[in-house]
Amino acid sequence: MGGQDWEHFEHKADIGVRGFGETPAQAFAGAALALTAVVTDPSGVEAREKVEFELDRDDDGDLELLLVDFLNAVIYEMALRKMLFSRFEIRIDDDKLHAVLWGEPVDRQKHAPAVEVKGATYTELKVSEARPGRWVAQCVLDV
Amino acid sequence: MDKRQLERIDETLWRIAPKGGMRVPVIIFADEALIEEMDDKVAEQAINVTTLPGIVGACYVMPDAHWGYGFPIGGVAAFDPGEGGVVSAGGVGFDISCGVRTLETGLRRDHIEPVKKALAEALMSAVPVGVGSQGQIRLDDREMEAMLAGGAQWAVERGWGQPADLDRIEENGRMAGADPKQVSKKARQRQRQEMGTLGSGNHYLEVQEVERVFDPQAAAAFGLHEGDMVVTIHCGSRGLGHQIGTEFMKKMQKAAREAGIALPDRELACAPLDSPVGKSYLGAMRAGINCALANRQIITHLVRQVFSHFFPHADLRLIYDVSHNTCKQESHEIEGKRRQVYVHRKGATRAFGPGHPAIPGGFRQIGQPVIIGGSMGTASYILVGTREGEQKALSSACHGAGRRLSRRQAHKTWQGQRVVSDLEQQGVIVRSPSFRGVAEEAPGAYKDVDAVVRVADKAGLARLVARLRPLVCIKG
Repeated sequence: MGGQDWEHFEHKADIGVRGFGETPAQAFAGAALALTAVVTDPSGVEAREKVEFELDRDDDGDLELLLVDFLNAVIYEMALRKMLFSRFEIRIDDDKLHAVLWGEPVDRQKHAPAVEVKGATYTELKVSEARPGRWVAQCVLDV
Repeated sequence: MDKRQLERIDETLWRIAPKGGMRVPVIIFADEALIEEMDDKVAEQAINVTTLPGIVGACYVMPDAHWGYGFPIGGVAAFDPGEGGVVSAGGVGFDISCGVRTLETGLRRDHIEPVKKALAEALMSAVPVGVGSQGQIRLDDREMEAMLAGGAQWAVERGWGQPADLDRIEENGRMAGADPKQVSKKARQRQRQEMGTLGSGNHYLEVQEVERVFDPQAAAAFGLHEGDMVVTIHCGSRGLGHQIGTEFMKKMQKAAREAGIALPDRELACAPLDSPVGKSYLGAMRAGINCALANRQIITHLVRQVFSHFFPHADLRLIYDVSHNTCKQESHEIEGKRRQVYVHRKGATRAFGPGHPAIPGGFRQIGQPVIIGGSMGTASYILVGTREGEQKALSSACHGAGRRLSRRQAHKTWQGQRVVSDLEQQGVIVRSPSFRGVAEEAPGAYKDVDAVVRVADKAGLARLVARLRPLVCIKG
């Protein structure tokens, strides 16, 4: 799970998520884990149910737009299935992003979810290779 | 905020003159203390808004403004379709038609005090709140369509509320021009289990006391007197609105590019009002407004059921329902000319002055009630729209206290359990599924709502009518 480094960063009304990894895909996975951490402590979310989705890359190769699409797709799955996810396997091809998410249904007692995420925004949006082999993927979430 | 870029017009008015790509000025309503506390990003974002095509008047910034995405939260901007004006999904926000309604209960404090805790528990179990909660109502495809077209009118027809409620809701409870066909399948699916749910974050349901009346005539017209108990509901269009916002934010990136609009910030993505994407968004956004109106109507019904259990004779009358994340077509006199414009209010409340035809007959001559939600455990306010508000800021006022500290800072500063027990000592019962959520919404994380409404009053955006103090707060 080396790629799933993440952190939050400040935004006055909301909160920023930032993932790190050796590849953009790993950094995306980190950002998604940071998203879960906005709601609850990810270590309390059991990876026992699997959800998969694919996104068409209609972003002209723009990884930043893809990050927003990806996080919004995760938010959609969270909202629709009333689930939280703690493990993410992401693959980014030339024309598609494949995502496999593991998690479990929200349990109010166990997860004490702090806040619902409404959407990923283009604010402070950045996907870049900070140094060789160290990718950063970040944006602000609307909560 | 760095005051060097501002020209001070008077005690509560600041201006940034047009320069560079700015088409109109930025007008900020704030006193010295609020302007000092305001983030520089607010000015930067307001300046960016003034570069969008077809903007008229100014970009107006309310006293509770803070750094948003694209538009500042607390930003107002109108666009003229005749001048290539645009509509922006970011200018409305993800929570389309998020808003506040207040109900008068006819009860006094000594009715509520003895049952306060039981009432809090009953409200908490009757109204689905927080992440993962589900409503009792499941809409099939036909009913979803009817809800998106009918708003609170649909809800009342289905038995959630009284016909008399409708006249006390902006647009009479039904936003005209909604086009459910523009609402995606995903947005509908996201809403399927969320009708009649409160949500989370700063959304709440409070039982409050009218602690002080500033304007007895307006208060009486609204049915408010000192010592009255009221219920205030703050929530929006739930998953449906969030999904519409998400999808159109993306579509408008492309639409703006195709229309040759240079965006200073991707979050300002927009489309010309008369373009296919612009029209499609207006249709979907109006359906989102209807979803929010229906949602608050259903929650009102749930609240009435709880109250009738405790107080069989209580009659909860809706005072008014306002939305603070919208884009609406309105007629305004701007620079001496009457124009039909599309007014974006993101974290700002419409505040029509006396005589406006959109105000219900009962208080048309007084002005529109403007409900300002405080943060958890602090005061809320009822104001009334003024005649001069149209010239000042296209009949707009603030919407809340506005954040002072980020969620992260708040989470580090306060402990949820402690916040709940401190508030209980002050006589406020807080119930929430999450202590962390409570910490993130701690009263100290917000600006001083008293200062915000004082400026709104002093600047003439809206006049103070009553101050409300919470006794029970249900937080999502």
